[in-house]
Amino acid sequence: MVHEPNDPKKVIEIHGLTKVYEMGEVEVRALAGVDLLVDEGEFLAVMGPSGSGKSTLMNILGCLDRPTDGTYLLDGVDVSTLNRDERAVIRNAKIGFVFQSFNLLPRTSAAENVELPLIYGDLGWSRAERRKAAMDALFRVGLKGREHSHSSQLSGGQQQRVAIARALVTNPAMLLADEPTGNLDSRTSEEIIGIFQSLNDSGKTVVLITHEPDIAQHAKRVVTVRDGVIQNDEKIQQHRVGVRDNVSGIGPPVPAIAAEATS
Amino acid sequence: MKSSVMRISNITMVGLRAIARNKMRSFLTALGIIIGVGCVIAVVAIGNGATKSVENTINSLGTNYIMLFPGAATSSGARMFTGNSTLTADDADAIKAECPAVAYVSPTVRAAAQIVAGELNWGTSIQGVSVDYPLIRSWNVSQGTFFSDQDVKGASKVCVLGTTVADNLFPDGEAAGQIVRIKNVPFKVLGVLEKKGGNMMGQDQDDTVIAPYTTVMKRLSGKTKIDMIQLSAVSADQVQQAQNEIDAVLRQRHRIAPNGDADFQMRSQEEIAQASGAQTAILRILLLVIAGISLLVGGIGIMNIMLVSVTERTREIGIRMAIGAKGRHVLLQFLFEAVTLAIVGGALGIALGIGASLAVKRFLQWPIVVTPASVALSFGVAAFVGIFFGYYPARKAAKLDPIDALRYE
Repeated sequence: MVHEPNDPKKVIEIHGLTKVYEMGEVEVRALAGVDLLVDEGEFLAVMGPSGSGKSTLMNILGCLDRPTDGTYLLDGVDVSTLNRDERAVIRNAKIGFVFQSFNLLPRTSAAENVELPLIYGDLGWSRAERRKAAMDALFRVGLKGREHSHSSQLSGGQQQRVAIARALVTNPAMLLADEPTGNLDSRTSEEIIGIFQSLNDSGKTVVLITHEPDIAQHAKRVVTVRDGVIQNDEKIQQHRVGVRDNVSGIGPPVPAIAAEATS
Repeated sequence: MKSSVMRISNITMVGLRAIARNKMRSFLTALGIIIGVGCVIAVVAIGNGATKSVENTINSLGTNYIMLFPGAATSSGARMFTGNSTLTADDADAIKAECPAVAYVSPTVRAAAQIVAGELNWGTSIQGVSVDYPLIRSWNVSQGTFFSDQDVKGASKVCVLGTTVADNLFPDGEAAGQIVRIKNVPFKVLGVLEKKGGNMMGQDQDDTVIAPYTTVMKRLSGKTKIDMIQLSAVSADQVQQAQNEIDAVLRQRHRIAPNGDADFQMRSQEEIAQASGAQTAILRILLLVIAGISLLVGGIGIMNIMLVSVTERTREIGIRMAIGAKGRHVLLQFLFEAVTLAIVGGALGIALGIGASLAVKRFLQWPIVVTPASVALSFGVAAFVGIFFGYYPARKAAKLDPIDALRYE
């Protein structure tokens, strides 16, 4: 990669990352030296077949797991040596997760699901402030009016929108989406990917883990992982555009959230 | 970062939402505690009621009460009570005359007979006593008068009736002044005694006729010896002194050496109370053990369902951890859920227990005493059970790995 003198801020800086699992006597090298730099505002897709180390990379990127060796700076913070609780704080403040299976709490309203990260955070917000932020986030993913619906009353696409709102609500440094369209039909997939693109257009860094080339083509850059190393890293000049028409209110982050999250 | 600890209000909110989300499971979890605490409250209330009624019965014997029976005190060797009474009315007079610690003395003779009044009749026991009897038993007439010393000396054919007898023989009218026939001997009814209730054996103490002991011996039983002597000491702290004096007087009169086997035995109200106190203490311990076991079972029920709940909610725990819950948050949430369920279950259990106690009181007419102490204790135990049995599942939840938890199906 070529670095220009006035480099934009790096959200992800990974050097020599390895991950070794010990399965009894056998050592499995899931990651064998990964280097990766992601600028703020990028839309990165990570591709790779199963067993390539893609999931391991995703777990480490998401601070769910720790590398065996190497360094990982997330938003300027070295997170490669943090303990469980410290990683929980980082996950809360800097990462917005979107999962394949939506992972909303059952029998819980959309608004309460979106509020959840704020409850665990250290922002010290009042109940009303949290509710307001949740409403704003739901508005940004086009779910105005469905705030009080429970997961079981929402379609798959709507559930995934709630999950994106939940990921957004703390104004994290990056959105980390793990196969976000894997459980959705193609039309809905296009809508969801459209939301990520809109968010990216407004400056949000997005990292998308997928094994579907069609989906990856919506990103601005695609890295391919194979056998624990990055095999290919290419910019997409003519990336595909998802469906945007159904999305309203996507704009810059709410100032209050931005101020708190970076303090 | 403003604070490193998630505010308690947030934890409680998260916990309460989790409980509200799973109403049926929450109720089932609490059910063990509801039944356990309810059981404790009801069982303690019934136990206390039983103790209380035994105490009342013993107190109803009279104040500073002593019973003096004929016969051997202990059956050492082959000696035993033969049935021949060794006590006489003269013994009673001597005790009254010579024992300063004794206030009242009444020889007692018993007989059983059918009593006839007009067309009605009633089989009951007749007690021959002296004029001291109402003072010894704290048992006064509610209607008419008791018989006099003159009646005792003259073996008059007079009597007073217990309320049960009066109700059965004179259902519509006043008993005092009427004539009843006992073994064909006409007796004048002087009065009716106050209602006394059941004794320790559950016998109706009001199912009796009281007459002068002289009359009963002469006209009804033909006995020359008396069956027992009932006495009362002048005060509670003189009961032992009175027993010593009686012992001395009777040994002298019956020519028994101070170290020889007495041909009489005494039992004070205090001794009776102690004996029954030991019984109720055993009852109480038994009830508490049952109650403790039911609370333990309730606690294990909470742990059981919390463990199932942790497994079932593994994915939820994974989500919470992924979006920033620390192990401590998950631990506190599950602990809070367990304690809340235990406390709410405890409160419901208290209501259930009091309700059951009142039902028992109403429908079975058992005496029931619900004490604030038993309520407070079972509530405290319920909370403790929640913490104790909630901790292990909560810790298990807190130690889950978020990656595994998120993948859990």
